[in-house]
Amino acid sequence: MSIYRTHILLPVDEGTVQAGVFQIKRLLESELRSRKLEDEIKVLESASVGLIGKGVILSVYPDRIYYYQVTDRDITRIIEEHLLKGRVVESIPHEKLADLAAAKVQNRVGLTRDQLRIVLDKAWTMDPENIDEVLASGGYAALEKIFNEKISPEAVIAEIKKSGLRGRGGAGFPTGMKWEFTRKAAGSEKYIICNADEGEPGTFKDRLILEGDPHKLIEAMTIAAYAIGAAQGYVYIRGEYELSIVRMQKAIDQAKALGLLGKKVLETSFSFDLEIKKGAGAYICGEETALIESLEGKRGNPRVKPPYPVSHGLWQKPTAVNNVETLANIPAIISRGADWFRKIGTDKCPGTKVFTILGHVEYPGLIEVEMGTPLREIIFSFGGGMKGGKKFKAALLGGAAGVFLSDSLLDVKMDFENLKESKAVLGSGAVLVMNEDTSIVDMLFSIVKFFAHESCGQCAPCRIGTQQILQIVYRIRQGSGKAGDLETLLNLAEVLAQSSLCPLGQSLIMPIKSALGNFREEFTVNLSNLKQINLVK
Amino acid sequence: MNREKILKKYKPQAANLLGILHDIQNASAEQYLTDGDLRAVADFLKLSYSFVHGVATFYTMYSLKPRGKYLIRVCQSPPCHLLGSTTIARELMRLLGIGFGATTADKRFTLEMSSCLGVCGVAPAMMINDQVYGNLTTERIAEVIEGLRSGQ
Repeated sequence: MSIYRTHILLPVDEGTVQAGVFQIKRLLESELRSRKLEDEIKVLESASVGLIGKGVILSVYPDRIYYYQVTDRDITRIIEEHLLKGRVVESIPHEKLADLAAAKVQNRVGLTRDQLRIVLDKAWTMDPENIDEVLASGGYAALEKIFNEKISPEAVIAEIKKSGLRGRGGAGFPTGMKWEFTRKAAGSEKYIICNADEGEPGTFKDRLILEGDPHKLIEAMTIAAYAIGAAQGYVYIRGEYELSIVRMQKAIDQAKALGLLGKKVLETSFSFDLEIKKGAGAYICGEETALIESLEGKRGNPRVKPPYPVSHGLWQKPTAVNNVETLANIPAIISRGADWFRKIGTDKCPGTKVFTILGHVEYPGLIEVEMGTPLREIIFSFGGGMKGGKKFKAALLGGAAGVFLSDSLLDVKMDFENLKESKAVLGSGAVLVMNEDTSIVDMLFSIVKFFAHESCGQCAPCRIGTQQILQIVYRIRQGSGKAGDLETLLNLAEVLAQSSLCPLGQSLIMPIKSALGNFREEFTVNLSNLKQINLVK
Repeated sequence: MNREKILKKYKPQAANLLGILHDIQNASAEQYLTDGDLRAVADFLKLSYSFVHGVATFYTMYSLKPRGKYLIRVCQSPPCHLLGSTTIARELMRLLGIGFGATTADKRFTLEMSSCLGVCGVAPAMMINDQVYGNLTTERIAEVIEGLRSGQ
């Protein structure tokens, strides 16, 4: 392996690709070649860091400087000034990279300020497709620790329980308990499934974990399998995430070749095999029992619960289904201990949370911060505030199955408990920000349309109810609502909440109730004048 | 790869159904599954034809109709909607002269609506085959379609 004095990392994601990262890469490489620097300086593509709206990002290692909004014209200056003379090019926007993985980030610097990364600590600072780099940066250390220190499966579960880790897929169920139930369930054949069917609108955190650090997921699933007593695991990745599937497969192959996965993991008596299953476009498959059905090769119709997957899961065997982000916390908890983990976040929701900030903000993108970070900080510090200086109107939290918040709740702390108290949800961690020009009626229409399309059709309340709700919201949006429409809307949503088989139908009430509760005047204005009189009491 | 070769790659287990359908569709020049495909897969997995048909029509990524060389999937989810995906959808229909779910007469373009593509940072967004196009404007769409038409 050749040694390079400097590495240049170019994060590749949809934002930097739109901004022309590949053109910059080609230019940079040809410039380096023509100056005969290609043996000293290595150009690498890294995973996304989550800063979207900052153009092409280029970071120089080991100097830990990153430039952003880099254009063709900057290449020569970066080479001549920075790479040859060691001087930072002051005229190009740049910042010093904080140590995102440090226990608590002290230095408040620029775009990465105050982030605390456990889940995404290594993405962006290494080539995710190179297992040597992964191992050099501490990958698989937690797995080795378990075998070296002969930690029993029960002790692993006890540590995860003690850490207070809760599922990051939306429901917030304690992970350690889920593992314990699965371990204790009757039967010798058990499974671990990673739910990577990320489909909640506005969410792309799992994709960046899959693309940025797939080995962490393999390590976590191996630990989970050891803890619950599974010999086989599946990663169910949504079919649209082509790059995630490719990277994950590569990572699995590399791990198997090194004996980190497969028969006799790390030369112990423990064997664990992992396989990718590709989804085919169905939001409902994010629901764990629908996902299991799909994995079995069927339509993704949710099952009636109970029994739960922990006792009757894949092929009716005990199965633990964990979200990508949840699993990505496991290696750090094992390596650094539950006590360390508990110091981060809030008492009832320890750890960090990955949020995606979207909509009318200056810098859409992804951040990882402590649980309990106030919404205001997420939007106004990390998201850079409202785009174009417009006024804040609403935020939709948790995706389509989420809740509309008005400005009165901007100071709410973002964790499971605090949001529940404010009748909101954390969900997947999506924060969709809307400015003063946004029509909430129109946004609700978009959400209801989504639900009507994604209803699997198995149970009548959801199949028929979502269509009826869509018709009502449609006519209100067209300005031809009828008297009593708002009451009917709420009633129908309540019926769905009470009688639908799965969380899809059950959760449509959240956006409807919060939209009507916080922005009722917009709905009454959209009813015709005469009928409006009937409505306003 | 033809259908027989694809089937040989797999064990005849029902859990492989989705993967087999993906592979056969990907190998098809017109990116779709024929009735013959569904029957052959049903035979191979010892499943009923109606079961396989039910699965193929449940998931949005499978098509039972021939599709164009360029499959355009426009994201319709709330984050893209907020930033103007309706305008984008209208402009695509105007430029291509077809509605959603349809394919142009020259079999080059198919227009489909899509749920969240997971690239919300660059909303409004669409995918053409495997490539993401984000921060879309009407001008940008015209450029992209023109580029594909002239074979770039």
